[in-house]
Amino acid sequence: MSKKAKTQLLLKLFLSFFKIGAFTFGGGYAMIALLENEFVEKKKWIEKNDFLDMIAIAESTPGPVAINSATYIGYKVGGVLGSILSTLAVVLPSLTIIYIISIFFDKFLSFEYVKYAFNGIKACVIYLIISAGIKMYKSLDKNAFNLIITFAVIVAMVMLTVFSISFSSIFIILICGILGVIAYFLSLAFKKGGNEK
Amino acid sequence: MIYIKLFYEFFKIGLFTFGGGYAMIPIVRDTVIKNGWLTDERFLDFLAVSESTPGPVAINMATFVGSSQAGLLGSILATLGVVLPSFIIILIIAAIIGNFLKKRGVEAFLKGVRPSVVALIISAGITLGFRTLLGFTSIKEKLNIDYKAIIIFAIITLLSFVLKKIKRKKPSPIILIITSAFLGIVIYGI
Repeated sequence: MSKKAKTQLLLKLFLSFFKIGAFTFGGGYAMIALLENEFVEKKKWIEKNDFLDMIAIAESTPGPVAINSATYIGYKVGGVLGSILSTLAVVLPSLTIIYIISIFFDKFLSFEYVKYAFNGIKACVIYLIISAGIKMYKSLDKNAFNLIITFAVIVAMVMLTVFSISFSSIFIILICGILGVIAYFLSLAFKKGGNEK
Repeated sequence: MIYIKLFYEFFKIGLFTFGGGYAMIPIVRDTVIKNGWLTDERFLDFLAVSESTPGPVAINMATFVGSSQAGLLGSILATLGVVLPSFIIILIIAAIIGNFLKKRGVEAFLKGVRPSVVALIISAGITLGFRTLLGFTSIKEKLNIDYKAIIIFAIITLLSFVLKKIKRKKPSPIILIITSAFLGIVIYGI
């Protein structure tokens, strides 16, 4: 690829991700549809199969899905420089918009009707969080392990909060990850012994 | 120093958030409360803004908290902190490892992580609901029920349910947010 073509490709990559960062409402999952439309359907930079692999990886690695996808697609299309530019591009609109809002936020909230609107939005955010959680629960495999972990963690976290005992969510995630590994080895051991399944 | 603290705390958040923006909500809440950066109410204000503006919620929250604690440099460092772990991990996967998901140890670990993340999101929703609708999160506080917020919550839940039945598709969050802002003005304004 000539130097000029390479520069143009990187510029296109930057603009595509900037556009996605600026116009996606509602977080990572809304972004996935946009990404597919832009890079698989329109630009054909990524094959459908690669894209599905990418989604699975983005969801299984820590960090916002939007950033993971930008870094991955950026690297596949334009190498390390591509990944840096894509990630920067997807972050910049948020950073700019939120920084500006944060400066004026308190003045803005001092208008009575703005405060009322925000009271409404806060009630809606509660709904959005719970329904996102329920939707994710439905997408899990239906088995005893998932059911027990989910309910045990919900009860534990609500109790800890109500009795104001602080316990980091990060520990809960790590503990459950380790339980997953233990369950896996137990199921292997049972299979070897021929006692189960 | 606040700059290093912001970078470090958000780096940790970026490193331990599995499963996208909503999964980050409980961890950011832990962090801002532990460090005395925000109260629960203020956290909810920020969350409401982050959900109503474009871009990943994780980035919006990092920028907002960073700016509230240490201005422009704070917002840049917090955002950089939350982005870097993803960036480094994904770059390593894309360039070197390939699809690591087929390795069985990793798969088993993630099988444990997934239900816990779902549970953390739901319990954050429940306890933030206590705060917004009932006015308390812990037994140390008095009950202070906000009936207007409960009415709005009920209308949004019903609306979403009805729209889903009619269109067979969940309404987009932005439609619900706009509706709830309007309801807030009408119901609190009376």
